[in-house]
This record gives sequence, structure tokens and C-alpha cells, in this order.
Amino acid sequence: MDGMREPAVLCRGVVKRYDDVVAVDELDLEVGAGECFGLLGPNGAGKTTTVEMLEGLIAPDAGTIEVLGCTWRRDGRALRERLGIQLQETQLAEKLSVVETIRLFRSFYRRGRTPEEVLGLVGLEEKRDAWVRKLSGGQRQRLSLACALVSDPEILFLDEPTTGLDPQSRRRVWEVIQAARARGGTVLLTTHYMEEAAHLCDRVAIVDRGRVIAIGNPADLVASLGAEHVVEFAAAAPIDLAPLRALEGVRDVVESDGSVRLTVAAVHRAVPALLAELDRARIDLLRLATHHATLEDVFVSLTGRHLRDE
Amino acid sequence: MRSHPLQQLILAKLRELAREPEALFWIFVFPVLLALALGVAFRSGAPEPLPVAVEDGPGADALVAALEASRDLRPETVAPEDAAQRLRTGKVALVVVPGETWTYRYDPTRPDSRLARLAVDDALQRARGRADPVPAVDETLTAPGSRYIDFLIPGLVGMNLMGTGMWGIGFYIVNARSKRLLKRLIATPMRRWHYLLAQIGGRLVFLVLEVGALVGFARLAFGVPLRGSLGALALLCGLGGMTFAGLGLLVASRARTIEGVSGLMNLVMLPMWVLSGIFFSTSRFPEVAQPIVQALPLTALIDGLRAVMLEGAGVSAVAGEMGIAAAWCVVSFALALARFRWS
Repeated sequence: MDGMREPAVLCRGVVKRYDDVVAVDELDLEVGAGECFGLLGPNGAGKTTTVEMLEGLIAPDAGTIEVLGCTWRRDGRALRERLGIQLQETQLAEKLSVVETIRLFRSFYRRGRTPEEVLGLVGLEEKRDAWVRKLSGGQRQRLSLACALVSDPEILFLDEPTTGLDPQSRRRVWEVIQAARARGGTVLLTTHYMEEAAHLCDRVAIVDRGRVIAIGNPADLVASLGAEHVVEFAAAAPIDLAPLRALEGVRDVVESDGSVRLTVAAVHRAVPALLAELDRARIDLLRLATHHATLEDVFVSLTGRHLRDE
Repeated sequence: MRSHPLQQLILAKLRELAREPEALFWIFVFPVLLALALGVAFRSGAPEPLPVAVEDGPGADALVAALEASRDLRPETVAPEDAAQRLRTGKVALVVVPGETWTYRYDPTRPDSRLARLAVDDALQRARGRADPVPAVDETLTAPGSRYIDFLIPGLVGMNLMGTGMWGIGFYIVNARSKRLLKRLIATPMRRWHYLLAQIGGRLVFLVLEVGALVGFARLAFGVPLRGSLGALALLCGLGGMTFAGLGLLVASRARTIEGVSGLMNLVMLPMWVLSGIFFSTSRFPEVAQPIVQALPLTALIDGLRAVMLEGAGVSAVAGEMGIAAAWCVVSFALALARFRWS
């Protein structure tokens, strides 16, 4: 951040409890203007509660939130004019057409884009007069983005923008988000897809159980594993992890869901060493795979669990 | 360039309703069909002769001949074993058992049976030569305004205002809430009162159309009069529409599912369907129930509509009814707004 501009979003010590469940626990975040920031975490990590507090839809139990230098209590209505929001699982009216829906949302803002302009941004020109009911999942999601973009927002909040979409629709949504970004807007999104976070975000906060457990540039986070590759295997019998940690080039060993992950610097050295170790222990190998380390591996190494329930 | 949010919200509501064929059926077609069916079933005109039975036996033929002379009766001869069954199932209003003296067998709680008793006795006694001490002349008239259909139409207008008011607002709002659309709307700078006002605005547009359709149909098909002023009718319907919009809003203020709100709707509307005099006069309910019956908003609305349409009452004459409806309106809106949940 250049230090001159105020952060787009700033929150300090934010807490939200539901009955006796702590959904968000002492959360601190700072999102710079013009940044694309991702909250990455599994379902139930508190991502939605967090963004809805940032969006002024839920009041935090403790802590402070500032958006564009304003607080919800003091400047709520003026702030709404400057944001574009997409909520998780909003179903727009089935029997309105695409352009009618956009016009409705446009009418709520003092300034913004024309409906035709927004249709172009999300690539729904051809569906202009189709009823929402007739749209595919990806098209609905782009319409939902259109409703968020219609005010030409300074910050775009997107909660799980591509959940449930096929890969092609996901790419199209990504293009829309990147284009919005390229026009200088700030984007804050939540996702449980690590590819999405890696593809779109300048910085990612990995969230688990209401806390930020790691924050940084996706590449830096992956690099923080200290190694570029992951060797994952499943063995026919329980295996002692201690000798594996001593193998050449192995930085970390995590066991989860019956498989073992080794974070390694060089696959071509670690794999023969691993096979030799298994051979020595007389344990049969059921499965072995290697891949470049990703944010998923960062999450696994921090929590011992996967981002998605497989 | 940008249109007013209120206008867009009302347009959205009207569009959604107009694109829902089932809703249009219930709002416009159903009340007209109901009026048509009941109007035909209870039509006035030449009164139907009452069916009566004469048990077969000595002298039966003479009795049947005497009864056939009456325009009000349609006699038939039946075997004694069948007579009781025909009486019980309502196929005949009365059974005459011939003999030295005649026996009339009938159920005195059935009005048509009591009429038959009078007509049968009259016909038989005259046939035996009874002379009337004073001759009388019948002068009959069937005036629009006093038939069942005239009584019925204001009741149906009230029923429709209640049903569409409550469903049109309650269903729409709960549907939007259950789809998280309400939450999405308040994430914009939309003013919340714009949304609620749009519900009422959209409702008023439909109200004019549905009352117009039903009253117009009743006038064309049955000649049901509108004796009071159009202004008084509009004022009453507008107030009634508001009252039920308020109740609809109240019922929908917290419910999250369509099933939940449907149950509440029926709980609120069912007593009024029964008690508020849509199909028959509220005076049929016992005295102890009257305070409750008369305090219901639908009773007040229908009483007011009947007074304006059939008796030509002005606004001041129905001020009491309007007061009851207005009180319900204010209280339900106030409670609804205090309880309303956007997410």
C-alpha cells in the first residue's frame, strides 16, 4: 500500500457470536484501495459472517469496522451508494427480465452505469429480455454481478461468486471480476476454491474457525511452505511419521484423512527416499501423487484439514 | 435517465403478478365464476313448484288431481314404502297420507316443508269447497337490490379484497425473504419505506382492476345495482384494501418460509370467511358472538359495501364501519413495521 490512500476496508478485533458459537473471533483485516483481496477458507469458517459485517448487514458484537474511511453507524446510507454487493445464494425475481432486474437495481443509486453498459460488462446482451427463470446458473451469477456493478462501485464485495458453477462459467465470472478490477475498483471476495483465490487475488487471508491463520500474496503463502512440491501417498498399513521427516528435502509431514503429505523441495530426491523408507518398513504403497504446492497445501499444513470436504 | 425507485419497485411487483397466471385466475376469474355459479343457483324468477308426494292408496288419485290445480305444487304418487325415503332425502317437501282424514308428514325445520304444508292444505280444502271469506289479489315483484345475488356481490368483493390483499402482500414478501432477495435489496441504498410503500401502491392498482371487474360483471350479468356514489365505493374499497394489506404485512413480517406464512394466512382469514357474512347474514350468529363478529374487519367492510351498493348510503352513513376497518389498518401496520425482518 502506498500509505497516502486510506485502506478500502479496515477491521480490528471484530467478534461475532451466535448463541455460544463464535463465528468470527478477533478478526483483523486491512484491504488496500485497488486491491483484489480474498478470504479463503472451508465452509463454516466465518467468511460470510465476516463480509456481511463489512457490508453493514450484520452488526459485530465487538471491534471496529471502517469501509472507505466511514463507519456503518455514522455514514451507512452514503456508504451504500459507493459499494457493489453480491450476496451468497440470492435468488433474483424469476419473472422479471434481465434488463428489468438491472433497471430496478439501478434505480436505487444516485449515480452509476446505464443498464445497457452493465449488460455489456457481464456479457448478457443477448439475454437482455429473457426472464431470470430461463437463465443458466452461470448467467444468473453474472446477472447478480451486474446488479452489483450497476452503481460503478468503489468496492465490490463478492461472497462465493462461483460456487456451484461449471469450469467454463467460472472462467467467465472471473473475467468479469478481473475487468472490474482493471477499472481501478477494489474487490473483496470469499471463496473456498484455492484456484480462484490464486487466480484472482493480490492477497489472500486464509480463514479457519473465525480466525485469520495466514495472510499474504498467494505465491508468498505457497513459498512459506519452504518447498515447492507436495508428495501425497496412502499406505496399506499405519506408518510412523518420524522417519519421514528425516528424509532428504522433506520440510513438513502432515497426515490427514488416511493419506500422508510431504512438502518437499525436490521431488526427484524425496520420492526415491520415500520408497526406500516404505520398503524398509515393509509397508505397501496404495497410491502416490505429486503436484506443485498450492494454497490448499498451505491450508492443510496449517490446519491438518482440507479446504473442501471430499 | 434513472427512474424513481418507487416506480421501479411498483413496476416490478405488477410485472411479477401479471406474469403469474395462477394469481390472475384467483384474483379475477375465480370471484366472477363464484358470482356466476351462486347467482344462477339462487336465481329469482318464476318460483319452482314444491315437490310433494301422495302415498298410493284409496283416494290418492283425487288428492293428486286437487294438488295439481295449484301452481305452487308438483305432486306425485309414490308407494307407501318409498314415501319416507323420498322425504328424508329431500326429493319431496311433504308426504300426504290419504284416508278419512288427511295426514301431512313433514319436517317443520325445513322452510320448504312448512310452505308445502300451507299450500297443500290450502289446495285440498279449496277442492272440498272451502270458501275464502275475503278475496285477495297477489301483486308480485322482483326488484334488483333485494335478491340473493345483490346480497352476495358485496360479500364477494370483500372476500376478494381480503384474499388478494393478504396473499398479494404476504406471499410476495415472504417469497422475497426466503430467497434472500430482501437482504439483497437492503444491501443497496434503497429506502426501506420505498419497498413497503411499493407493496401498497402495487396493491392499489390491482384493487381497482379486481373490484371493477367483479362489480362490472355483476352489473352486466345480473343487474346488481350501485346505488351509492362511486366515490364512497372507492373509499371503502381503498380502506379495505389497506386494512388487509396491513394484515398481510403483519402476517409476513417475520415468516421465513411460504409454508409458515400460508398457515398464518389461513389462521387469520378462516374465521372471517365463516363469520363475516360473505354468503349469509351475520345476524344468523347468536347474540353472544355478535361483538366478535361485528369487530372483524371483513364484517365491517362487507356491511359498508352492502350499505353503499344496495342502500345508497353515503360516506357518513358507513363511518362506523370505516372506523373499525381503519383501526385494524393502523394497528396492523404499526405492529408489522415494528416486527418486520429483512433477512
